[in-house]
Amino acid sequence: MSAKAQRTVDEALAREFGLTAEEYGNVLSIMGRTPSFTELGIFSVMWSEHCSYKSSRAYLKTLPTTAPWVIHGPGENAGVVDIGNGLAAIFKMESHNHPSFIEPYQGAATGVGGILRDVFTMGARPVANLNALRFGDPNNPQTRRIVDGVVRGVGGYGNCVGVPTVGGEINFHPAYDGNPLVNAMTVGVARQDRIFLSAAAGVGNPVIYVGSKTGRDGIHGATMSSSEFDEDALAKRPTVQVGDPFVEKLLIEACLELMATDAIVAIQDMGAAGLTSSAVEMAGKGGVGIDLDLDHVPQRERGMTAYEMMLSESQERMLIVLRPDRTEQARAIFDKWELDFAVIGHLTDTGNIVIRHKGAVEAEIPLAPLADQAPVYRRPTAPAQKPQPMEPIIDPVGVEQALIRLIGCPDLASRAWVYNQYDSTVGGQTVRRPGAADAAIVKVEDTEIGLALTTDCTPRYCRANAKLGGAQAVAEAWRNITATGARPLAVTDNLNFGSPEKPEVMGQFVDAIAGMGEACRALDFPVVSGNVSLYNETRAPDGTSQSILPTPAIGGLGVLENVRQAVGLEMPDGCDVMLLGETKGQLGQSIWLREILGAQDGEPPELDLAAERRNGDFVRGLILDGTVIACHDVADGGVLVAVTEMVMAGQAGCVLDAPQSGMRPEAFWFGEDQSRYVVAVRDGQALATLAAQAGVPCRRLGRSGGEGLTLPSGSTISKARLLAVHSEFFPRLMDR
Amino acid sequence: MKAAIVVFPGTNRERDMAIALRSVTGQAPAMVWHRDTALPAGLDLVVLPGGFSYGDYLRCGAMAAHAPIMAAIREFALKGGHILGVCNGFQILTEAQLLPGALLRNAALRFLSQDCFLRVERNDTPFTRHWSKGDVYRTPMAHGDGNYIAEAETIRMLEDTGRVAFRYVAENGRLDAGDPQLNPNGSMNAIAGVFSENLRICGMMPHPEDLVDPLMGGEDGKPLFTGLVEALVG
Repeated sequence: MSAKAQRTVDEALAREFGLTAEEYGNVLSIMGRTPSFTELGIFSVMWSEHCSYKSSRAYLKTLPTTAPWVIHGPGENAGVVDIGNGLAAIFKMESHNHPSFIEPYQGAATGVGGILRDVFTMGARPVANLNALRFGDPNNPQTRRIVDGVVRGVGGYGNCVGVPTVGGEINFHPAYDGNPLVNAMTVGVARQDRIFLSAAAGVGNPVIYVGSKTGRDGIHGATMSSSEFDEDALAKRPTVQVGDPFVEKLLIEACLELMATDAIVAIQDMGAAGLTSSAVEMAGKGGVGIDLDLDHVPQRERGMTAYEMMLSESQERMLIVLRPDRTEQARAIFDKWELDFAVIGHLTDTGNIVIRHKGAVEAEIPLAPLADQAPVYRRPTAPAQKPQPMEPIIDPVGVEQALIRLIGCPDLASRAWVYNQYDSTVGGQTVRRPGAADAAIVKVEDTEIGLALTTDCTPRYCRANAKLGGAQAVAEAWRNITATGARPLAVTDNLNFGSPEKPEVMGQFVDAIAGMGEACRALDFPVVSGNVSLYNETRAPDGTSQSILPTPAIGGLGVLENVRQAVGLEMPDGCDVMLLGETKGQLGQSIWLREILGAQDGEPPELDLAAERRNGDFVRGLILDGTVIACHDVADGGVLVAVTEMVMAGQAGCVLDAPQSGMRPEAFWFGEDQSRYVVAVRDGQALATLAAQAGVPCRRLGRSGGEGLTLPSGSTISKARLLAVHSEFFPRLMDR
Repeated sequence: MKAAIVVFPGTNRERDMAIALRSVTGQAPAMVWHRDTALPAGLDLVVLPGGFSYGDYLRCGAMAAHAPIMAAIREFALKGGHILGVCNGFQILTEAQLLPGALLRNAALRFLSQDCFLRVERNDTPFTRHWSKGDVYRTPMAHGDGNYIAEAETIRMLEDTGRVAFRYVAENGRLDAGDPQLNPNGSMNAIAGVFSENLRICGMMPHPEDLVDPLMGGEDGKPLFTGLVEALVG
């Protein structure tokens, strides 16, 4: 690298660093001279897709971001919402897709570490982790290696830092073969009067570096995440960062201890683009200059250049602006936790970032144009290919066989093999563990408040109709929170798409955001934080590249004033099992169509946002007044899968009536019509009356009780058989 | 009951343990830092909670066993003090040779976070007096290294002298150490917890402290704590 550091800076080098000719022209005009090697490095990472959001920013601005309960929306390290009692929930989801393909364990582990830092840097103690994972075809030999590494990485990091991993989702599809998605979400809780922001202030104030030492790992990681993989993607392993959850745990405790004092002016973690982005963003947001002397940066390796230190993505590091009179108090805290603590610079009034190393000025860049003149693109869009219309359906297997196949298929099989490797109880506040309810429920310590947390997206809907799919992802998150009795408050989004330079991918992106925005507005469910991951493509040996399915993953957060009111899937004996919401039997893009007929045809099910809200508000009210005893939203696989999941979650079985639906059985039982809930109540007749008054379609499905699931045919599938089929997939794939 | 929880760098279940202790004593336990050299005066119970002390680097519990506070803990043990070690705390107690045996990687080589069932092997100790002998209780486990092992001679001694505290069993109490469904981490003789010779030190892998509130799914772990209060205060 030091040999490279000698290289002449010119347009060719800029292109190697990922800048276009036009972008390099802008660099020259901002600088008024040829930039130094280090300066070019800083421009290239700050203007990378990953850091600058240059292809997405114009569209992200259209999303609704405010509500009376939103304290900080996008623009801070994470979103902040009011959860009552003077407390705030702070949360965000972020991708670590590219590193997780190259090196699954460390890619996933550092993904968890990075999102944790985004949350505790704002003053919150992290209370829950979730994730949204997408893997390739289970039959692809690479998939097993990637699943194994990612699951170990998520667990290895989260378990060690002592933050429970309480929820998540997993899909498999060949489109993710060479580009898995690892989206990690962290939720923390802070006092509203102790929230820490990143805007630096106070000329002369010291700039402090804390945490791990800086090494050469992850240099240009942000640039790697901003381009497609080529055929030798795996050769990029040196650009993947290595995590140390033990240091992260110490860093959490040390930062929270410091945050209990009044020493901090501003704080930000060193994430993508490391010291460069944290210094540039903190000073830039505060409208001040920053002067750093890299001689004082704690270093793990010898002979590092300024370029390497500025672009390193070594993990578990934070940058803090302190009140000058509190430096020694802060140092004592970090000494106690045995972490590095170094004064590496101070704030200035120049408006420039100045990087000194070994007595020389290695970089001096005006901050305002670095931020303001960052590229923004409205790239060309093209309509995506429409799905094939559905052929007339002939059900070859019948309801019972189809159910058995569905609950054992990769997208619906039990995830216990995965979540049993994640510590879900540490902290002692987990009220509903993974699989027990539609959203995980975590109690806020020393209060009666509960947080309901979920991650959702249905990529196959998004591919068929990106706008509808974007709206559906938001609606499903809202529905999953509602199904526990919680009030949905806000979302974080993680927008995973292919190359924005492909017009049809850009079209999917724009459409998905339009759909998300519509749903967020209709459901009062604003976006408060998020992350965009583009260039998720796999290059085939013949040089063509395949985009992933459009995957706008939504992380939802809701609140229960009294956590004891939360309900889950488990039904007691002797309840009427009822279906709320309208059933039309839509099988387009359904799991049934894919698993039974091998087709991925038709339009996804319609989404009526007014009905969504009406049905959800109705159900939530009945959960909170105790009428609804168990609840499950109807999602992948339709009504019969939903009821079966309720049976598998508890002791009671269920006896189903023959539906008088006037539609074909497979359409009724496996159609994926939206905005529906299966609920267990003591008195189904009374529920039907209330539903009619509220204008919510309601029908009886059957009655809870018995040992297994009794189908309208009279055939009973034992609970043991259901569980055996349901839990077979992961061990068969992974433990062979 | 005056209790103290020892916190090492990387300990992460100290808050869970504090909640469990507070729920039975009504008072917050003292938190003792690994670099301290003395325990608070007049303690009835010292708890070494779960987590990843020193990142589990070298070997789980190996570095914590040499932490500055350990001299005071040894002295407390020598004087007949009561010590509970859970999960990483159990690993530390074996590394410090306050309890026999060692904890290896789980037999399946994966971290396991799930409920398990423990059978109470004797109920005449401060840790088990609120159960009956043979009672089976549910408790969460969450560890990567819980596979209990000791030399054949040591195992025989533990069995012969009644120093096995808890075993992994089926919900109905059935024991089958060879069945990974029942003995999930592969421990010898399905041992989940052991006592010191004087029955005043108990180490165990699963987490009774995480099941002391019906809201979190049950109170199955609570008798351990109420029993300690009665034994040590009563």
